[in-house]
Amino acid sequence: MYEIVERRMIVPNLHEFTVKAPEIAESVQAGNFIIVRPDEVGERTPLSVADWDCDAGTITSIFMQVGGSTAKLARLEPGGDIPTCAGPLGKETEIRDDFGTVLCIGGCYGIGSIYPVARALKEAGNKVVSLLEARSSYLLYWQDKLEEVSDRVIELTRDGTAGYKGHITRLGEILTLEKIKPDLIIVNGCTFLMMRASKMTESLGIKTIVNMNPIMIDGTGMCGVCRLTVAGKMKFACVDGPDFDGHEIDWEEFLKRRQTYNPEEVHPLRKSGCASHF
Amino acid sequence: MAKKIDYNRRPMPKQEPFERVRNFDEVALGYTEDLAVEEASRCLACKKSFCKEGCPVAVDIPGFIQCIVDRDFAGGIKKIKETNALPAVCGRVCPQEDQCEKVCVLGKKGSPVAIGRLERFLADWEAASGETETPDILPSTGKKIAIVGSGPAGVTVANDLVLLGHDITMFEALHDAGGVLTYGIPEFRLPKAIVRREVEYVESLGVKLRLDYIVGKTKTIDRILTEFDAVFVGAGAGLPWFMEIPGENLNGVYSANEYLTRCNLMKGFRFPAYDTPIKRPSYVAVLGGGNVAMDSARTALRLGADEAHIVYRRSRTELPARLEEVENAEEEGVIFDFLTQPMRLIGNESGWLTEMECLKMELGEPDSSGRRRPVPIEGSEFRMKTDAVVCSIGNSPNPLIPLTTPGLEVGRKGNIVVDEATGKTSRDAIWAGGDVVTGAATVISAMGAGRNAARDIHEFLSGNGSNA
Ligand SMILES: Cc1cc2nc3c(=O)[nH]c(=O)nc-3n(C[C@H](O)[C@H](O)[C@H](O)COP(=O)(O)OP(=O)(O)OC[C@H]3O[C@@H](n4cnc5c(N)ncnc54)[C@H](O)[C@@H]3O)c2cc1C
Ligand SMILES: Cc1cc2nc3c(=O)[nH]c(=O)nc-3n(C[C@H](O)[C@H](O)[C@H](O)COP(=O)(O)OP(=O)(O)OC[C@H]3O[C@@H](n4cnc5c(N)ncnc54)[C@H](O)[C@@H]3O)c2cc1C
Ligand code: SF4
Ligand code: SF4
Ligand code: FES
Repeated sequence: MYEIVERRMIVPNLHEFTVKAPEIAESVQAGNFIIVRPDEVGERTPLSVADWDCDAGTITSIFMQVGGSTAKLARLEPGGDIPTCAGPLGKETEIRDDFGTVLCIGGCYGIGSIYPVARALKEAGNKVVSLLEARSSYLLYWQDKLEEVSDRVIELTRDGTAGYKGHITRLGEILTLEKIKPDLIIVNGCTFLMMRASKMTESLGIKTIVNMNPIMIDGTGMCGVCRLTVAGKMKFACVDGPDFDGHEIDWEEFLKRRQTYNPEEVHPLRKSGCASHF
Repeated sequence: MAKKIDYNRRPMPKQEPFERVRNFDEVALGYTEDLAVEEASRCLACKKSFCKEGCPVAVDIPGFIQCIVDRDFAGGIKKIKETNALPAVCGRVCPQEDQCEKVCVLGKKGSPVAIGRLERFLADWEAASGETETPDILPSTGKKIAIVGSGPAGVTVANDLVLLGHDITMFEALHDAGGVLTYGIPEFRLPKAIVRREVEYVESLGVKLRLDYIVGKTKTIDRILTEFDAVFVGAGAGLPWFMEIPGENLNGVYSANEYLTRCNLMKGFRFPAYDTPIKRPSYVAVLGGGNVAMDSARTALRLGADEAHIVYRRSRTELPARLEEVENAEEEGVIFDFLTQPMRLIGNESGWLTEMECLKMELGEPDSSGRRRPVPIEGSEFRMKTDAVVCSIGNSPNPLIPLTTPGLEVGRKGNIVVDEATGKTSRDAIWAGGDVVTGAATVISAMGAGRNAARDIHEFLSGNGSNA
């Protein structure tokens, strides 16, 4: 059993979740993920690591409540426990000291998981610009933490209530206005953000790394459900990734594969009465 | 006067096919005491017992069978357990027709003694009696051994070494122990209660079990070796192969590992009581001909498929699966498409599988394995309707441990290279055995490898000064 140290909603529908798992905290790196099960009948749910504390032996993730399993996670209270917390899984994000200027883009739960990436890049001596994307200002969080590890933080909201107004499709324009020439872009968050950002940066000719989030079960390379096509080759996101070059991914196939269980997943929602969240 | 030879094996009661395809309960019900005694009485108690030589761990077969004849069931199970720690499992899943029963003298003129069924009978009898004899455990040696993986290889090493007084911790990546016995082999063939019982038994001997612990990720073997005196790697062969044909990433295409894990480990067949969903498609094509393929096809029928096909490129005689499971699958209505090679998978606009294109084959000259090689018949392409394909063509060892353990020698297929007799790897204080060494093989061979490694680890630790 793994003790829940914290579980609170930090902005509507996004939860900060901290679990006691000292051995994972000791080994984890930016870009890794963990797999948790909310209870004994629960799904194995992958969550990116957003922070950790070796002294306290804890791991923190940010999750969005979307369906049955994340709804169960959202009902957990500090002091309680969960039966499974496994990790750190996946390869860590590649950190070098000579990237130059790196643009870290985070949206949704990815604002959390891009934080340790930005921190590691900064510590290695790169120039770090963080771009936080959300529907509206009230959905942004952790700005202070990101300020600390970035040379600059830019915000982009669809309704313009904070920073630039609009979608990630404005990326080229924002880079010009801010006079930034990134040598590398790293994107964490929902699939659409990663896909759109990759399509934008392809025309800009900037290498872009994305942290993929397919359906998973074991997270150790055993089941193959997380497979995707990268540069024409079959890869398993849980062991070959989850970081891949966004310009090499077959996005269309990826989006379709993620829909596989949508018909079934409606069931627990009806059962749990959460359908109103959609 | 010599007794009259009885060539007819007693059938084992089973659930009726029409009944069992609608549930996940165990198919075979096991012998009753009287049936077991009758079957055991057929044994000729040969002086030179070939049967024993056919068993990879040399179970004293005539010995335990004589106990059954004498209705000394407690004595019988004790005899088996001298060499086999998992009789309830082996009795059910060993490919007996290729091992112990293959060489039984009765098989020359009639049917061999049903050694597996008798072994299973004794194990079940012991479980039902509720009295498991706990063996003596030697005084503590103070030596710590880490075991990677809780499959049959790992459990065997844990069992053998804990009895010798060592301090054992078994690390398992998944949230439940048992390896393939838990996530792969279905409930209807090997009830999970039996696997749990065996794991709880080694725990009762003092073995510590750490679940959710991915060696190589949570900690590397080298980190573990700072706290432990030796490591045994029994991580299995869990990396699924795909056919490498077009369309394999369509929705509706599974590896057998995914399909069976959803069903067994995650209990998808009880969705929505359990949260992990599993599809219930109508036309399922399973590619391959081994135990994994049989398990997948029979699972598909139980999940409500109208048709479950086994698509295999050779013929029935080459099927590598246990004979009993082939027969069970046939009885249950699995359709066998022999001499058929899948060529490409075809989907609709939303990315869902709808059809599979295949080629007909014929058997040509024998290949290096001695089996006749299937060769394509030109122009024989045809399409079959299918909304699920389960790829059951094999697995290889997961590269995670070799990648994170410098100096550990691996072979061409990613298998860890060991000294065959001892299981010793190229690295100091690291042993390995089971599927991670041989590639996908059998439960009993994994156990045999575990036994050899345990013996060598013990010698290494004893010679290392503890008893000096
Ligand atoms: C490597 C990785 C890291 C992730 N990190 C985070 C994170 O930090 N925060 C966060 O909120 N979410 C993260 N996700 C996504 C998260 O795992 C899913 O949102 C969650 O499993 C959905 O479960 P559900 O039952 O609540 O919703 P469901 O109703 O089951 O599913 C909603 C959608 O989520 C996807 N999904 C369903 N099951 C899984 C599964 N087992 N694995 C992956 N995706 C699934 C499907 O596309 C589905 O359409 C990550 C996924 C991966 C693979
Ligand atoms: C569907 C199916 C049906 C089968 N049917 C039969 C049959 O009828 N008869 C028969 O004899 N054989 C059968 N087999 C084969 C048999 O199950 C295997 O040969 C046997 O289980 C191998 O044992 P093992 O201990 O080497 O590995 P496994 O049983 O594979 O166990 C390895 C364990 O190690 C864990 N692990 C892996 N990597 C790590 C890591 N890095 N850290 C921690 N833990 C890790 C895995 O999660 C797993 O639990 C079948 C196999 C399958 C898949
Ligand atoms: S362990 Fe397997 S091979 Fe050996 S006697 Fe038992 S059933 Fe036969
Ligand atoms: S070979 Fe057959 S008949 Fe002879 S002892 Fe073994 S099981 Fe009995
Ligand atoms: S999640 Fe099973 S192989 Fe990646």
